[in-house]
Amino acid sequence: MTEMEPGSRPSVVDDPGRNIAREAHIVVENLTMAYGDFVIQRDLDFTINRGDIFIIMGGSGCGKSTLLRHLVGLQAPARGRVLYAGESLWDAKPERRDAILRKTGVTYQAGGLWSSMTLAENVALPLEQYTDLAPGEIADLASLNLALVGLAGFEDYFPAQISGGMQKRAGLARAMALSPEVLLFDEPSAGLDPISSRLLDDLILELRDSLGATIVMVTHELASIFAVGDNSVFLDPETKTQIALGAPKRLLAECPDPKVQRFLRRGEPAAGEPTGPRAQGAMT
Amino acid sequence: MVATTQSAVSPRESGRGTPAPEGWEANLLTDGELRVRLLGEWVLASGARSVSELSRQLNESLPPTKVSFDARELGAWDNILINFLGKLEAIAGERGVAVDRAGLPGGVQRLLALASAVPERQGARRTQQRPDLLTRVGRSSLDFFAMTGDFISFLGEAVIGIGRLFVGRARLRRSDLMLAIEDCGPAALPIVALISFLVGLILAFVGAIQLQQFGAAIFVANLVGIAMVREMGAMMTAILMSGRTGASFAANLGTMQVSDEVSALQTLGIPPMEFLVVPRIVALSLMMPLLTVFANIVGMLGGMLIGILMLDITPITYYNQTSGAVGLNDWAVGLVKAVLFGAVVAIVGCWRGMRCQRSAAAVGSAATTAVVLCIVLIIIIDATATVICTTLKI
Repeated sequence: MTEMEPGSRPSVVDDPGRNIAREAHIVVENLTMAYGDFVIQRDLDFTINRGDIFIIMGGSGCGKSTLLRHLVGLQAPARGRVLYAGESLWDAKPERRDAILRKTGVTYQAGGLWSSMTLAENVALPLEQYTDLAPGEIADLASLNLALVGLAGFEDYFPAQISGGMQKRAGLARAMALSPEVLLFDEPSAGLDPISSRLLDDLILELRDSLGATIVMVTHELASIFAVGDNSVFLDPETKTQIALGAPKRLLAECPDPKVQRFLRRGEPAAGEPTGPRAQGAMT
Repeated sequence: MVATTQSAVSPRESGRGTPAPEGWEANLLTDGELRVRLLGEWVLASGARSVSELSRQLNESLPPTKVSFDARELGAWDNILINFLGKLEAIAGERGVAVDRAGLPGGVQRLLALASAVPERQGARRTQQRPDLLTRVGRSSLDFFAMTGDFISFLGEAVIGIGRLFVGRARLRRSDLMLAIEDCGPAALPIVALISFLVGLILAFVGAIQLQQFGAAIFVANLVGIAMVREMGAMMTAILMSGRTGASFAANLGTMQVSDEVSALQTLGIPPMEFLVVPRIVALSLMMPLLTVFANIVGMLGGMLIGILMLDITPITYYNQTSGAVGLNDWAVGLVKAVLFGAVVAIVGCWRGMRCQRSAAAVGSAATTAVVLCIVLIIIIDATATVICTTLKI
């Protein structure tokens, strides 16, 4: 591991402790994201392994959510590719892309629940659209999904009638409806109290362990990052590229990049590091 | 998320000749234990499986001592399996039969535990009962009176707000007022021009055919002039503005409710009524008469076009005939109505927006009710005004 220069390869801190078969599930290849001429991030290159919880982190405005939008097919890359099990999302025909995306479940920052439908109807819609199950079975499965996220009995509530944390969990229930292979979360614990946030982390871990799903999370909640992250990428808004890649705990212990260290230590200087200006730029 | 069983001890024989068994098989063992063998794939694509047969076995006169599972031949699984097992456990629980989850894959066991981890909150579930006709009629009548009362109090607040504006004490930004004026006035000119030109044209066309039979073709100018200035100019502009601006006010303020922008004003101590509603009402009430004058003139031009093309009336003759027919009192009637309509459209639009619930669906229904209510009120006011003017011979 060498000192980082802008544009050089990011620090990779590998974790030899995990001996799970590391099969690449999602590969991001040389991805550049831009709105018109305005580049948000360039030259992103990383692999998300099957069954991992992968964290996309970085300061506000670095393009975390935009990266997630590229992963779920809401926005086309300016350059580069996103591969799902070796298949390029953006080079595939539209029908094929839909088929790939049907194996993913997404939760959105603001919940994204359809406000004109009850929670049960929200969870049932994907099942109605993409399975041949009878209405009674769909209703049962919708209730089961709601029970899995701790919302048993809330079938007939509208999203506006429940709290923010409950909306997040209902969004998760909807994302799980089609038993996807990949679950992507945009700021799952933002706006939640520490206890709800912790419970949501536990739930995500539990779902990963019991279902074997690959999980991609955009977050800047340090507690979540260290609690659940198997692997992570750190996006920097200044150099506009990734500056670190690896398991969050090992990045904390070993990554030499001061920006990453400041982020992971909430602006506190690392032990032994000379006390400089705190959190300069990294936590904008 | 389709997981394969981890506890597969004996590798599944996937011989190409024999199709792999699917579903389940129940065997009653000698010690009274009901062993359920889970076979093949249990995924959304393979469809749901009924528990009724197992339920019958559990219901027999001599029920099994316990239910256990053999998942060695289980293929891929997802929520279909969890749902099946959940129902089975519920039925077994009712019969007092123990269920041994040990034979199930670890992931299945954990999900079953998770599904029952948070018990249903007492009183959370709603009993859906469709009220009978009488109840519904009663409720909607009460709602109607409540809404009318609410509208009147909103109207009162708006009047107070406008009063504060006139004494210079209202808290609003001049730039917001100018923006609202631009949006209600100049920005609406093209569509108002198009519609009123066509309305004038239609009036002249219909009138021409009738009046020609009496050799009174020149009176088309009177017909179009009086109809536009007294009625159609103000009414068409108002209907147009309720669809254009009334709906926009409702949707705009409704979205501001949803995203807490209105709350942010309130906590700052700025009354939303003065800051958001008053500028809109003032802007539209000021702009409506101007738009109406414009609409009247364009409408008469439309009539003139028909006069020239169909009836061989010269533009000068048409102009003289019109100015002789349309008096100042006609203009006054039209313009008073225009101010009234402008105020109605703005107040109703803002009222529906400010009373919006906090969801996307509610914003849509706020815009819809605003437009419908605006148009209904405009027609009612117009009819009333016509009756009053006829009685008083204005």
